[in-house]
Amino acid sequence: MRWPITIEPRMAHSPVLALLPPLIAVSVTLVASALILASLGVPPGRALYFLYVAPFSTTFNTAEVFLKMAPLLLLAQALAIGFRARVWNIGAEGQLILGAIGGSLLPILFNDSTNPLMLPAMVMIGGLFGMAWSAIAAGLRAKFNANEILVTLMLNSIALQLLYYLVSGPLRDPFGFNFPQSAPFPLAATLPILVEGTRVNASIFFALLVTVGAWLLMERSFLGFKLRVGGAAPDAAHYAGFGDRRAIWISLLIGGAAAGIAGTFEVAGPLGQLQRVVSPGYGFAAIIVAFLGGLNAWGILAASFFMAVVYVGGDIAQTSAGVPYSVNTVLQGLLLVSYIAARVVTDYRLRWLPAMREA
Amino acid sequence: MTADPLLDLDGLSKRFGETVAADGLSLRVGRGEIHAILGENGAGKSTLVKMIYGVLAPDAGMIRWKGERVDLKGPADARALGIGMVFQHFSLFETLTVAENIALASAESVEKVRKQIVEIGPRFGLTIEPDALVHGLSMGERQRVEIVRALLQEPELIILDEPTSVLPPVAIAPLFETIRKLAESGCAVLFISHKLAEIRELCHRATIMRRGKNVATVDPTEESEASLAQLMIGREIPHPTREAATLSAEPVLSVQDLSMASDDPFAVSLADIDLELRGGEIVGIAGISGNGQRLLAAALTGEALIGSGDGGRIELLGQDVTDLGCAERRALGLAYVPEERHGRGTVPELDLAENALLTAHGKALTDRGFVRRNAVRTFAESCIRDMDVRCSGPDAEARSLSGGNLQKFIIGRELALEPKVIVAAQPTWGVDVGAAQAILQRLADFRASGVGIILISDELDDLLDVSDRLHVLFRGRLSPSIARADARIDLIGAYMAGESAASQNEITA
Repeated sequence: MRWPITIEPRMAHSPVLALLPPLIAVSVTLVASALILASLGVPPGRALYFLYVAPFSTTFNTAEVFLKMAPLLLLAQALAIGFRARVWNIGAEGQLILGAIGGSLLPILFNDSTNPLMLPAMVMIGGLFGMAWSAIAAGLRAKFNANEILVTLMLNSIALQLLYYLVSGPLRDPFGFNFPQSAPFPLAATLPILVEGTRVNASIFFALLVTVGAWLLMERSFLGFKLRVGGAAPDAAHYAGFGDRRAIWISLLIGGAAAGIAGTFEVAGPLGQLQRVVSPGYGFAAIIVAFLGGLNAWGILAASFFMAVVYVGGDIAQTSAGVPYSVNTVLQGLLLVSYIAARVVTDYRLRWLPAMREA
Repeated sequence: MTADPLLDLDGLSKRFGETVAADGLSLRVGRGEIHAILGENGAGKSTLVKMIYGVLAPDAGMIRWKGERVDLKGPADARALGIGMVFQHFSLFETLTVAENIALASAESVEKVRKQIVEIGPRFGLTIEPDALVHGLSMGERQRVEIVRALLQEPELIILDEPTSVLPPVAIAPLFETIRKLAESGCAVLFISHKLAEIRELCHRATIMRRGKNVATVDPTEESEASLAQLMIGREIPHPTREAATLSAEPVLSVQDLSMASDDPFAVSLADIDLELRGGEIVGIAGISGNGQRLLAAALTGEALIGSGDGGRIELLGQDVTDLGCAERRALGLAYVPEERHGRGTVPELDLAENALLTAHGKALTDRGFVRRNAVRTFAESCIRDMDVRCSGPDAEARSLSGGNLQKFIIGRELALEPKVIVAAQPTWGVDVGAAQAILQRLADFRASGVGIILISDELDDLLDVSDRLHVLFRGRLSPSIARADARIDLIGAYMAGESAASQNEITA
């Protein structure tokens, strides 16, 4: 006959309930990660140590956490703006690659320059390259209503091939023994290191600044309000006269600019040159970070920290316990799936049908 | 009352969270009786009906069917007992034929259902063509399909939920004839309505509900409409007062020769609309909903713009606004109360303060791109106070408000924009009598202050209460203007049913 239970949306939204899904997701990931590593022959205690304690065991490792947190935070804040407007930019990875390419042009062309304006100029060009890449998707969506999920996703592959071509050809270091990478950047083209002996650089400050900016935009500005209305109730946005094309352009350009800058920070930071791999999947991990943080600026701050720990912990487990690299990807997937599952429980509730109780 | 009632409800109660939707309801329906359930919106009529039909399980109380206690676990149980239901909103597939639609809900083949339709229809005055596609049927015909579908289950009790609310006046008499024939054949009918005249005309007994309680069971033929109304709302219905207004010399809104195709292939397109509105008058647009009202409202307000293949011209306050969108027309002084409150008039997830910002942002509520949060709150508070919106304050989420209260908030917000022209679409839909009167009174007050108002509604009584002139919208075309003094129900009804040729001669426009 009919199910004895039913699922209905919760009407009340308490702040405690909003905190639950990320906490559940993190807890599930903690337990599951130990089990997965145990199945690979690492004792659960040691696995948990590698993943979540070792990242803070030395200054260098802790600095690595903040180094990886910077691009995740920057990207997730920008993506969350679009996600709240229901513009799904899945192409941050490709926009980041374009930013890395654009940001590399000046230091490759002027390889012995000491001009202090070099770095700011690189960041600007990188941001513009990222924006240009996302503008392709925005233009196709606005003009032909082409789905931005598919367009941005496919542009990722094109960006990667473009990068492969450039580092093997036009932008390859002529004195680099034919390795597919550019010449090393001059000092004027690299980000200042914050703590001696580590790799953490000033990009984390930029990401924190963007966090405050994202909060101001979404929670305090009229533009952010319009974006939120467009995401929550498109008909209401239409009724109010907030153009939906504008929301598409703004969302994608903000995402592209942030990704482009993040890409520049990678080549001007830990990499110091343009190479075949400029991102360990930051563009995709940032999508998870944005949702784990509840698309809220402060939530994303916490979520990007946790994701950075998973990245660094995964690296450590890889080198210390010899687990495969893909453990990292598995953990990210776990985080997302358990978050979505937890949202079902907090956004909806299960209710026993009273008729069955009486029967 | 017979000794052994068909249906006997004893102390049914149902609560949703803190709301008591049904509070100790008792009710008896005998065989062949037409029994009215009368009450305002939100009085608990649908909750009661859903408990009888097994959709909701009561928290307390019992249902007896032919003297025996029954425990309904779902509509299938109710149907098995012999309880049929015709919902207010039809559930028919537009692209299927009548017979296919009915066969879908039964275990029979389309062929057998077709025979049954031909056989059962004429007995109850329900003639329908079994092979007609549903999208080509009028609302009255669709309702007949629903009734036939219920009758094929051979019910002993049939529940009709607000059956006349979707019908033009001319289709009501045949429906009543059908209901009387059903009753004569021994089938009991529960007739849910808030229209007093209908109940007095049709029903043997009436149970009147107020706030989830059964306040009286009366013989409606022995009551006056006024006494029924008083039982229903607990006091007398006030009528809006209309003060004298002077018409502006120039029209504030004029539409010339507007034709517009709908995006929805099954929706009505607008054809050759000519309309003129002056300041200080209310022009009512009557008609059964589904005759192009949504598109007309969208065209007037700029939600829908004239595309290629369409044509016409719209002027607002003497300015050509044909190609201007919503925001631009609003900036010129047009306020719009949309038909849908949740999701268009407001964003359900946002609080009332933020929802005030939706259209009132031009009222100095932003400063250099930032939202002036205190100003927004003050503005929302004034809307809430102005229209007596029952809510916990500007922090209340829009979705936490009842439809009527949310509507009052939207009206308050739009009127606070100090508009020169107002387009209000179905502003009293689903709103209780008290709130509806408050809304209409406020519109009448704005008319007196020189504002021009287009009032689109399918509540004819509301339109006759406040309008200076009426047009009837039928299949996307407007009737000639009908002056208030000439607005007789039979004339308007003829237009609503599309018999414009016959009534054309009576108009001296």
